[in-house]
Amino acid sequence: MEFNYFLSLLVFSPLLGILLLAFMPKTNESGIKMLGVLATLPSLVLALLAYFSYRGGSDLANFSEKFRWIQFGGQGAEQSGMFTVNYELGIDGFGLVMVVLTAVIATLAAIASFHIKKEWKGYYMLFLLLEIGMLGVFTAQNLILFFLFFEITLIPMFFLIGKWGYYEKEKAAYSFLIYNGLGSAVLLIVIMVLFSRTGTSNIDMLRVILNTENAPMFAPISESLKMGLLVALLVAFGVKLPIFPLHSWMLRVHVEAPPSIVMIHSGILLKIGAFGLIRFGMGIFPEQFADLAVLLAVLGVINLLYGAFLAFIQTDFKMVLAYSSISHMGIVLIGLGALNEAGIQGAIFQVVSHGLISALLFFLVGVLYERTHTTTLANLGGMAKGMPLASGFLLAGAMASLGLPGMSGFVSEFMAFLGLFEEMPVLAAVGALGIIMTAVYLLRAVLAITYGKAEREFVGVSDIRSFEWAPVLVLIGLIVLIGVYPAVLSEPLQATLETILMGIGG
Amino acid sequence: MDLETLLSFDWGTMTPEFIILGFIAILSVADLFMPKHVDRKILGWVGFAGVVLALASLVSLIGTDTTSILYDTFRLDSFAIAFKLILLLGAALVMLLAIDYKHNDGLEDNKGEFFYLFLSAVLGTMFMASSGDLITLFVGLELLSIPSYILAGMRKRNMKSNESAMKYVLNGGISSAITLFGMSYVFGIAGTTNLKGIATVFGGLTDPQHIYILGLAFFMIFVGLSFKLASAPFHMWAPDVYEGAPTPVTAFLGAVSKTAGFVIILRILLSIFGYVPVAQEDGQPIPLLFAMQDYIAFLAGATMIIGNVIALRQRNIKRLFAYSSIAHAGYILVALTAMSFITFDAIWFYLLAYVLMNLGAFAIIQVITMKNGSEDISHFAGLYRRSPLLAVGMGIFILSLAGIPGTAGFIGKLNIFMGALMVDQAHYVLVSIMIATTVVSYFYYFGIMTQMFFRPASSEEKIQLPMGTLVVILVTAVGTILFGIMPNLAIDFLHTNFNQFMDFMR
Repeated sequence: MEFNYFLSLLVFSPLLGILLLAFMPKTNESGIKMLGVLATLPSLVLALLAYFSYRGGSDLANFSEKFRWIQFGGQGAEQSGMFTVNYELGIDGFGLVMVVLTAVIATLAAIASFHIKKEWKGYYMLFLLLEIGMLGVFTAQNLILFFLFFEITLIPMFFLIGKWGYYEKEKAAYSFLIYNGLGSAVLLIVIMVLFSRTGTSNIDMLRVILNTENAPMFAPISESLKMGLLVALLVAFGVKLPIFPLHSWMLRVHVEAPPSIVMIHSGILLKIGAFGLIRFGMGIFPEQFADLAVLLAVLGVINLLYGAFLAFIQTDFKMVLAYSSISHMGIVLIGLGALNEAGIQGAIFQVVSHGLISALLFFLVGVLYERTHTTTLANLGGMAKGMPLASGFLLAGAMASLGLPGMSGFVSEFMAFLGLFEEMPVLAAVGALGIIMTAVYLLRAVLAITYGKAEREFVGVSDIRSFEWAPVLVLIGLIVLIGVYPAVLSEPLQATLETILMGIGG
Repeated sequence: MDLETLLSFDWGTMTPEFIILGFIAILSVADLFMPKHVDRKILGWVGFAGVVLALASLVSLIGTDTTSILYDTFRLDSFAIAFKLILLLGAALVMLLAIDYKHNDGLEDNKGEFFYLFLSAVLGTMFMASSGDLITLFVGLELLSIPSYILAGMRKRNMKSNESAMKYVLNGGISSAITLFGMSYVFGIAGTTNLKGIATVFGGLTDPQHIYILGLAFFMIFVGLSFKLASAPFHMWAPDVYEGAPTPVTAFLGAVSKTAGFVIILRILLSIFGYVPVAQEDGQPIPLLFAMQDYIAFLAGATMIIGNVIALRQRNIKRLFAYSSIAHAGYILVALTAMSFITFDAIWFYLLAYVLMNLGAFAIIQVITMKNGSEDISHFAGLYRRSPLLAVGMGIFILSLAGIPGTAGFIGKLNIFMGALMVDQAHYVLVSIMIATTVVSYFYYFGIMTQMFFRPASSEEKIQLPMGTLVVILVTAVGTILFGIMPNLAIDFLHTNFNQFMDFMR
C-alpha cells in the first residue's frame, strides 16, 4: 500500500477546519462548535487507519515522506550533501502511539470545549492550530522541523490560556510563554550546534553520525560537548515535562487555563518532554545518557515524592491534579533512569496512560466547575448525591491514577519500578513510598468531593449529560483496555524499544 | 577627462541610480511650479513610480558581468545588486507609507519636499552599495545622512520632532567625523582611496607599526559606522530620533538606513581589513578582521543586551521599536562576527526579513498613532475587535520579530546561528546571549499581543485603512510568512543569481 502524503494530510487536516471557521459568522455558536469538532475528525480517522494498517502488517516506513525544503550554504554545500533541511515526516511505533493519543485527546478536548463561553471562533481556530503543532511534533523526522512544530504549539497555547482562562490568566500565559520560551531556546541551541557541526538535522542520520567513530562532519563534536548538549536537552525537555525545580509555570497553567485546554496540556504537551528525552536524548546520545541515568532516577524519585507530598496538602482540586501530574512524570523519569527494557517500556506506558487519565480527570473538573463554579475542596462535598455518575467516573479516574490493577496506571507504574528495582533497589524502595502517597492524596481529594457534607447546597445540578458522555466513556474505555490488554501498546512500541536498547548496548 | 573617455563608460550599469536622480529632479521642479492648493500626494505617487521603475531596471541588470566604471569608483557586482534589491524594496514600501501619512504639525506645508528628500536619501544608499572607493562611499553616506536629518525634523511645529532632528544631526556629525578620521589613516598608509588598490597595498604590509595603526583605524571606522546601524556604542540617538521623527521617516531609518549601514560596513571591513595580515598560521595570513572578532562580538553582545533589556521598560511604541531595532542590529552583528561561508547569505536574508517585518509593523503603528494622536502602547488595546486585519497583521510581524518558527524572522535567525556555530572556534557565548535576549524580547513583543488580543478596546470604532498602507501591510505580511515557510524561494534566488558574491573583490 502506498501512503504518499498520508502523514502530511494527517498533520495538516485541521488547517481545513481553520479556513472554514474563518468564513463562519462569529455569532453562530453551535455551528462553530460542530465545525470545530468535525475538523479534528480527519486526523483521528487517519491516525486510527495508520494504527490498524500497522497492526494489519504494513510497514511504518511506508508512511515516510520527504521533500527538499531549505538548502543553506548554496550549491557547494548541496553537492556535499550538507546543510540540507528536508521537509520529512515519518513515524515509528512510539510516534504512532503518540499520534493516536494526540488525535483522540484532541477530538475529546474539542468536545469538552463546548463549555467555552465566549469567542468560540477564535478559540477553535487556535485549538486546531495547536493540534497541527502537536501532531507535527510526533511525526517530524528532523530537528528543525520538530522545533518548528514545537513552537507552533507554544503560540496558540499562549492565547488560549491568556484569553479563555480564569482569573489570573494573563500571568499564567506569560509564565507559560517565558518558561517554555527558555526551554525552547536551550533546545534551539542544541539543535543548531548539532546541525551546524554535523551538517544534517535528520534524527536517524544524527544517531548514526554521532555514534560512529570518524564519521564525516563539518566540524568536530567532542565528547564533552556531547555531554553538554545532552544536559542542555535535559533542561529543555525538563521544563516541558516538568522536572522539579522547573515546574512552577505548569501549576499556574493547570489552575488558570480552561479545563479543555488543560486536557490537551496535561495529556499531550507535557508528554512532548518525555518524547523528546527518549527520542533525542536516548536516541542520539546513548552513551552520555547512560552516564546520567542515576541522576535521572534520582530526579524522578524527587519529582514523585515532591509532587505527592504537596498534592496531599492542596485545598484546590486542580492543584491536587497539577501536583499529581508532577508526581506521575517522576515515574517517567524513574523508568528512563532504570535504562533497561522494563524501565523504558514503563516510562512510555506511563506517558500514554497518564495522558489518558489526566485528560479524563480534567474533563471531569470542567464538568464540575461548569455546575458548581468552584474547584475548592472545601466548597465541594456530597457531590455523589446530585451527580452520582460523575462522582463514579471521578473515582474511577482516581483509581486508574493511583495504579489500581486492571487499569493503565498499574501497568506503567509496575513496569517502571520493576526496571528500577533491577538497577537501583534502594532508590526504588524510597520511590515506592510515593505510590502509597499517591493513593492517600487522591482518595483524600476525591472522597472530599464525592462524600462528606456539602458546604453549599448545589441546587439542581445535573449529572453527566449529552455530549459529556463521549469523552468520559472513550477515555475510561481506553484506560481499561490498556490495563487489561497492554499488547495494544507494547506491540507497536517493540521495534522502537529495540532500537533504543541497541543504542544503549543493553 | 575628455568626452571620449566619458562616453566609453558603460553607463547602463547606473540605470537605477539615474532613474532615481531623474525623478528627484522632476519632483523638485514640479513641486516648485505646482500651485499651492494642489495636493502634493500626487508627487508621492510619482516618486513611488520612480522607485518601482528603478527596481525594475535593477532586476533587468541581474546577471550582467561585474563591471566597474569611473575608474573603479562605481562597481556593479552581485553584492551591489543583491543589497540594492532590498534597499529599493524597502524604499518603495516606505514611499507608500509616506503618501498616506497625515499630520498637522507643520508637515503639510512641505509635503512635496518630503518625497524628493526621501529619494535623495535612497540614492545615497544605492551609491553606498555600489561604490568601490572610499570617497564615493563617504559621499554616499552623507547623501543618505543629510536628507535624513532634515526628514527627521519635518514636523516643524512639533517639539519632539525638532529635538529629534537636532540629536540626529549632532550624533551623525560626530560619527561621520570619527569614521572619516579612521579612513584618513587608511588613506595615509595606502596612498590611495580605491578599495582594490588599498587591498593590494595592505596585502603586502609587514611593518607592525602600520598594522597597529590600521587596528586603530578599524576601531574608529567601526565605531563611526555603528551610528548608521544604531548598534552600541552609537545607539543612544535611536530612541529619541525614532520617537520624534514622522512615522514614515522612522520606518525608513529603521529599515532602509540600517540596511545601508550594513552594506557599507561589509564593503569597508571586508575589502580593506580582510587583507591586512596580522599573523601567520600554517603559511596563511590571518587578516586583521579575524583578529578583531572578539571586539565585534563584544559590541554585538552589548547591543543585543542593551536593546532588549531597555525595551522592556518602554510604553511608547516608537521608542519600543527603536530599542527593538537596536537589538536586531546586534543579531546581524553576530553574523558579521562569525565570518563563515554563509555570512553574506545570513546577513542578506536577515535584512530582507527585517525590512519586511519592520516596515509592516511600522505601517500598522502609523495607522494607530495617526488615529489616536499619541504613541502610547495602550492604544493597541482591543485592536482585535476594532480591526482584525490589523491585529492579525501586527501579530505576524511581532512573531517574526520575536523569531518564532513559520516566519521569515526565524529562518533569518537560524542562518545566523548556523554561521556562528559552524566555524572552528564556535561562538557559543554569543549565540547563548542572542537566544537568551530573544527570550527576553518575548516580554515586550507579547506585551503588544496582550494589548491587541486580551485587553478591551476603549472605543469600538472601526479603523479605516488607506489604500497604500493596506498594500504595504499585505505585501509585508505575505512576504514574512512566505519566506518563513518556503525560505528557499529567497535562498535559491540568491544562490542562482549571485553565486555567493564571488566577484565581491574581483
